[in-house]
Amino acid sequence: MWLRNNRGVALASTAALLLLAGISLAFYWVPDDADQGFSQRIFYIHVPVALTAYACFGWGAWKALRLLWTREARYDLESYTAVHMGVIFGILTLVTGSIWARISWGVWWSWGERQLVLFLVLFLFYSAYFMLRYSTEPGPRRERMSAVYALFGVVLIPVSFLAIRLAEGFIHPTVFTREGPQMAGSMFFVFCVCLAGTLALAGALYANELLGKRVDASLRDLEEALA
Amino acid sequence: MIVARDLERRFGSKRILRGLDLDVGDGDFLVVTGPNGSGKSTLLGLCAGLLAPTGGTIDVAVDRGEIGYLAHEPLVYRELTALENLDLYGRLYRVPERRERIGMLLERFLLWEVRHERVSAFSRGMVQRLALCRALLHEPRLLLLDEPFTGLDPAGATLLDAELDALRGARTIVASTHEPERLGELATARLDLARAA
Amino acid sequence: MNYFGDVAALARKDLLLELRSRDTLPAMLLFVVSTLVVFHFALPSDSSDLAAGGLLWVAIVFTALLGLTRAFAAEREQRLLDGLTLAPCDRSAIWLAKVASVTAFLLVAEAVALPAFALFFAPVDATLVAAVLLADIGIAAVGTLLAAMAAASRARELLLPLLFLPLAIPVIVGGVGATVAEDAARYLGFLALYDLLFAILSWASFEYVVTE
Repeated sequence: MWLRNNRGVALASTAALLLLAGISLAFYWVPDDADQGFSQRIFYIHVPVALTAYACFGWGAWKALRLLWTREARYDLESYTAVHMGVIFGILTLVTGSIWARISWGVWWSWGERQLVLFLVLFLFYSAYFMLRYSTEPGPRRERMSAVYALFGVVLIPVSFLAIRLAEGFIHPTVFTREGPQMAGSMFFVFCVCLAGTLALAGALYANELLGKRVDASLRDLEEALA
Repeated sequence: MIVARDLERRFGSKRILRGLDLDVGDGDFLVVTGPNGSGKSTLLGLCAGLLAPTGGTIDVAVDRGEIGYLAHEPLVYRELTALENLDLYGRLYRVPERRERIGMLLERFLLWEVRHERVSAFSRGMVQRLALCRALLHEPRLLLLDEPFTGLDPAGATLLDAELDALRGARTIVASTHEPERLGELATARLDLARAA
Repeated sequence: MNYFGDVAALARKDLLLELRSRDTLPAMLLFVVSTLVVFHFALPSDSSDLAAGGLLWVAIVFTALLGLTRAFAAEREQRLLDGLTLAPCDRSAIWLAKVASVTAFLLVAEAVALPAFALFFAPVDATLVAAVLLADIGIAAVGTLLAAMAAASRARELLLPLLFLPLAIPVIVGGVGATVAEDAARYLGFLALYDLLFAILSWASFEYVVTE
């Protein structure tokens, strides 16, 4: 019962514990990467954050699908909040990816780094999602349009990924290869801890944001009833 | 025909309809009155299925193809002729013997002479008469009329009176108006949204 | 079949409207030629034909965008979509008819743009024509759905490019790839895949965008 009412708190504490553990392990326990040395440790933040962003977009699309099935307005708020979290983690991915590019190759931006380019495209796409919402009257029509657009997003992710790969056929950027992580057991374990941590963090933020928005909505209803 | 329970519709944070219960039986003629902004158009939009309720339920017992809807806007293309507009809708509504039906309506509403003229050249009254033809084209079982007399010329108003008189009882009709005396004799039921709110 | 009868009636209506008012197609034609002229001045003289090939795709996408912002103009002014969605026909027929008319306008614009491109910049081959035809389908399919969304918003013309361009990036990649890369078949295949995926998605979701 306590867990149910305080899901946000539980998730937040889990996230704090896991992330603290994951980052300390990444700094003090994991051996240096053979190829990139100490700086490779940003991998333990960058990749989990990127995967979490995908998870948020996927979750948002799933809620969008539920909205179109059931017409229940609560799924709109859930889908919107999930996409919102996805964009936050997407921006974090861009920032950490940019830092990593600076450390490894001396440039802040590289068109050869597929994941980074993909997140730029997704950032533009989901920014338009917010524009769509802000310029439309709240109501069933907006809920359905946002849901359709969120569904387009999860189809666009693999299509864009393929497009970016194909574009290398004629754009010929300097493709930097990071040797696919020949992860030792300890590296993989820490990676999993960090991934679990960021997922829990996203969950906590999601629960908290959703709660806030619901309170806002009830407050408006109450004000209206009193007026 | 129409059953609504605790019906609510809001636009953004603005609540237009709240807690409305409504029963319209087969063959009823319901006249909805109320000042501007009281939710007359919203209620008709909900009945037509163009709007979804944000609270409560509304059930309409006919398919959307059996609804005739006269909206605030005439819902005809301005750059098409009267005939082209009705022909398009006649196809979409799968009206049997389309040409005959369209010809008959155009004659009845005094538009036969101008059938090859574009709607953009029509007067306000002619457009409203054409909009009526469009709403009546497929002999709908449920007729929703949003302020049917607004913009209608005196000749059109007489024609509409006669048409409604002929349809009364055979069709279910919901009409909104801000001048309640207008449809007084025809109504079998009334709903005052100013008081219902 | 009834479905295609509806589509034909609706598409014919769009073409008739354009024939009468002429407010979309002439603008698209003028725009695409102007863009190509502007590109001549934007390209330094020692840049290759390949760069011009890339710019052709920019011209096509932006011309399409111009047509798409007008796609629901007649319906929006008079809230005519309400009238069309109330009709008992399948709502996706409205989408398909609009895709057909948008594609038709785009084809006319390209019938001018490609010869102009050949005249100004570089020869046009069959692969490029095939890529343009495939891209048209995808652009019209996605663009029509997004145009219906934008028409329902307050920002309208402003919103459509923002919604559309991120989704048009794969089309650009496929088109430019087919124009300049050696193995054009891969890129044509990619365009076909894009068309298939997004046409199905747009066809299935149009009803949700125009109704409540």
